[in-house]
Amino acid sequence: MNFGQILAQLAEGFGLTILLFIITLALAIPLGLVVSFCSMSAFKPLKYLTKGFIWVIRGTPLMLQIIVVSFVPSIVFNLPNKSIAGFFGTSMANVNFLFCVIAFVINYAAYFAEIFRGGIESISVGQYEASAVLGLNKRQTYRYVILPQVVKRTVAPVGNEVITLVKDTSLARVIGVVEIIKSAQNIVNLTVNIMPLFYAGAFYLIFNGVLTIILGRIEKKLDYYKI
Amino acid sequence: MALLEVKNLKKNFGTTEVLKGISFSLNEGEVLTIIGNSGSGKTTLLRCLNSLERADSGEIIVDGKVLFDGGTVAKKQESADEKLRFGMVFQNFNLFPHLNILRNITLASEIKAKKTLKIGYNIINGEKLGIKAARKKKKELKRNLFGAIETRAYELLDRVGLKDKAKAYPCQLSGGQQQRVAIARALALDPEILCFDEPTSALDPELTGEVLKVIKGLKGCDTTMIVVTHEMNFARNASDKIIFMSDGVIEEEGTPEEVFGNPKSEKTKAFIKQQE
Repeated sequence: MNFGQILAQLAEGFGLTILLFIITLALAIPLGLVVSFCSMSAFKPLKYLTKGFIWVIRGTPLMLQIIVVSFVPSIVFNLPNKSIAGFFGTSMANVNFLFCVIAFVINYAAYFAEIFRGGIESISVGQYEASAVLGLNKRQTYRYVILPQVVKRTVAPVGNEVITLVKDTSLARVIGVVEIIKSAQNIVNLTVNIMPLFYAGAFYLIFNGVLTIILGRIEKKLDYYKI
Repeated sequence: MALLEVKNLKKNFGTTEVLKGISFSLNEGEVLTIIGNSGSGKTTLLRCLNSLERADSGEIIVDGKVLFDGGTVAKKQESADEKLRFGMVFQNFNLFPHLNILRNITLASEIKAKKTLKIGYNIINGEKLGIKAARKKKKELKRNLFGAIETRAYELLDRVGLKDKAKAYPCQLSGGQQQRVAIARALALDPEILCFDEPTSALDPELTGEVLKVIKGLKGCDTTMIVVTHEMNFARNASDKIIFMSDGVIEEEGTPEEVFGNPKSEKTKAFIKQQE
């Protein structure tokens, strides 16, 4: 295999990794916001249920969660994964990818929820009171006053999670999703050439480098005011 | 009839009685100054008026309308999206740090205007104009509504002497300037009664003057105001009426001449002496 062929082979894993990354981020951030509101709810059962959920998700390895999610349909609902694939008329690989997405979104939503909770709780009472005396209702207060400030306060910790997510995508292989490291290993096994693993490493570095630059830009953009 | 009437207002925090039955009235255009030691319940009184705290019992009546009577009426009024009765200026300004000065002042009005805008849009939709004509009309309506809000904000900024800071952010202003913006922000919604909770207590002495000057300027504009302050000179010179509070009750009330010149209560005498 020459360099071009190796890259072409890696591209498949590269694609899945990026896809998993983007879908997880796009779904986990809004879901995390919802979970954070639930964890601050005045309705006690909901609050403690959410706290329990966050405890379980943060307290167990993501790898285990991926495996568990992949077993849920067959064990809990007596639906073998094969029949799911058949039902949707798609391949097992796609079904496994879907399981990964579900596990990743749940896992990251829990982490984002805690970050957002911290951000929301760090906003001073005065901001809520100022909004209240100006006649803003609760929804308007969050929409126009609180959340814009939370974005600024949480951009650094969220960035941390984003970069961790890039590397966590490598866990998808436990249920057979051929992400970039797995696809690199496949090539290594085939060609007895260790270089593809280095290319995979370079991919992570470059990807995270780009993300770091983007996050830095966002932080700079939000730097027009101090809290 | 008095613009504001407060009757037998009571508030407990746990077992601590903070307001032990406060009654007073205030006429339109008058400036009421509330003085008293820390912990006497001045701030709690203001917060109850602004429904930041819920009093336990008593009545708050503005312009003949019962805003609070200890029970259900208050709840209804709180949720009703009608004219704002009370405005509030806080000790710590509480400006919105992520918005520039102009947006700080216009935000609440713009949110309110969105409702009007929606109604306007519906009317335009009902007129069955062409798509282009309707869009043009909607744009115009929006421009007019929001333009008027901005013009008003500039007027208010001019009044507090900060027209040139419209595009600045709160963190770029001094404390005195921030408080002046907070006053403009409170005025933007035309509250019937504007409350000040120790507006100069968080300011350096050299900055208190500019804020007090603005507040005194409002008096000329017939704004009804309630000011909680430790600035005795302000209380003496700028108010129509003074209330001295002590331990959750009104110990003495009257004109500045009466309260400062000829205090009846021993507590008032002691307080004034201590302030001098």
